[in-house]
Amino acid sequence: MSVPLPGQGIVKGLVETARNFVGSYVEKDRLVTVQYPEERVPQAEASRNFPFLVYDGDDWQKGLRCVACQICEKECPPQCIYIVKDTARKPDHTGKLQFQPRLFEIDTSVCMSCQVCVEVCPFDAIKMDVEYELSTSDRFNSLLLRKAQLAKPNQYFHKIHPAEAAEVDARLGADKAKAEAKAAAATRPA
Amino acid sequence: MNSEPAKLENAPLAKPYELRPKALADGGQPGELLEISMGPQHPSTHGVFRMDVVLDGERVVKLKPVFGYLHRNHEKIGENTTYLGSMPYTDRLDYFCSLTSNWAYALAVEKLAGLQAPERAEYIRVITAELTRLQNHISLVGFLLQDMGASGTPLMYAFREREKILDLFESLTGARMMCNYMRFGGCRCDLPPGWLDQARQVVGEFPRFLDEFEALLSGNEILLSRTQGVGALPPELAVNAGITGPMLRASGVNYDIRKVDKYGIYDRFDFRVPLGDHGDVYDRYMMRVLEMRASLKILEAALRDIPDGPIMDPKSKLRGFRPRAGEVYGRIESPKGELGFYLISDGSPKPCRYRVRPPSFINLTILEDMCLGHYVADAVIILGSVDIVMGEVDR
Repeated sequence: MSVPLPGQGIVKGLVETARNFVGSYVEKDRLVTVQYPEERVPQAEASRNFPFLVYDGDDWQKGLRCVACQICEKECPPQCIYIVKDTARKPDHTGKLQFQPRLFEIDTSVCMSCQVCVEVCPFDAIKMDVEYELSTSDRFNSLLLRKAQLAKPNQYFHKIHPAEAAEVDARLGADKAKAEAKAAAATRPA
Repeated sequence: MNSEPAKLENAPLAKPYELRPKALADGGQPGELLEISMGPQHPSTHGVFRMDVVLDGERVVKLKPVFGYLHRNHEKIGENTTYLGSMPYTDRLDYFCSLTSNWAYALAVEKLAGLQAPERAEYIRVITAELTRLQNHISLVGFLLQDMGASGTPLMYAFREREKILDLFESLTGARMMCNYMRFGGCRCDLPPGWLDQARQVVGEFPRFLDEFEALLSGNEILLSRTQGVGALPPELAVNAGITGPMLRASGVNYDIRKVDKYGIYDRFDFRVPLGDHGDVYDRYMMRVLEMRASLKILEAALRDIPDGPIMDPKSKLRGFRPRAGEVYGRIESPKGELGFYLISDGSPKPCRYRVRPPSFINLTILEDMCLGHYVADAVIILGSVDIVMGEVDR
């Protein structure tokens, strides 16, 4: 075995740095910096940031899918969701009367984007948003999102998570068809 | 009820703080000693960690690690929230390796509830865990070199490669670091289309980067003289102190939980466990490099063999999850060592006792023994080679 010359290892290392320096001009692989905010990385389907409430149709108050069952409020690990039930009821997508939230607030300064609320929601009412440029100069009031700020249309959900939204719509459509068939059978005269 | 409070004059006095130098490099008597406090904001202390170091000249004669600055009640919160509710908190234990922390917790709860992850989920777990090991080790080597004064270059190269693995995590789990991906009895969602090809590409390109990285570092004379013979950890001490992971194997003790327990499907993969000889910082550095090469072998096999199928045990449920009463200890080989979760269930939706065995906390306990007699600049390197993450040390 030959004895390495003194300084050989350092020279070998410098060759590597030179290779990376020169390579950064020609190889895409060695120059990976994305010049934010001029350039942006496309967002993955699974991206998530803070939750929002989905509504169907044009009127956000009528179309809100949330039925104020408060499961997400109970399951939320850092307990950042606050819900107050309304006494008035409204029909859901199958025409059944359901409760609705009078207050629905999420404290995004506490939320840790874990997606547990989305997973436990049986009504597909709460989903994860991907908006990330949310800085504000007001620590308390603007970070506490109210119902009106949280409500976003189903089209928006389709835009940010197309595959998941299509699957949810198919499921809700099947529910609705089943309920209509049942209602038609019940109203048919005997 | 009539017990009186203990009288102050009878209480034992606190022992006066005295310096007892354990060792000096030349065996002589200590001269004038200097006590300095390194941290908790020093850039080389890996987070909010403080060392009270007593120096004789530049030699360390006493070292007291002080931690707890990042304590956030993880275990108590775990006892007051549902089993599922603790899963996102395990991401925050070792925030470099959230997927292995997830796995350890999921494994413990699966043992408790008698769940079995399906084949595809087991493969996904192995793939994500080995990718986690790659990105943990590569960034550790970068940080270690940063501690040695190689400002920037190795760390930037390491982070460039880590970024590719984090992109994989993001497209799979939705988050780069706080993945929150494993569930009791499987995984949260299936692999997105094209993910496996992307992973194969990243894994295929990684050896070229490792070769370059080793050419840059492994034979470098400055690195050799800074690390060889520094911070040697004898195997007897390592075993007695409960050290696990690459630290233990660098001292020459063949103990890898992937081989010992064969949890998950690790018995199907053929990989070798690298072992060190001297237990010094250089061996610990080489251990990380060699483990990355072993991980690449596992990844190639797993990405080739992954079957189709379900990813959740049908018996598992998300809401109203109540495992039967009992106690369980689930452990895995996380990149830093043995990560274990000890749970006691009383049949309610919340664990009755929730305890984490964090590898980096226990690996940190012998820091003084490794540092005594070395220069204070070497103490920083020795700390860097232990591979600690304060989120896990303090919990």
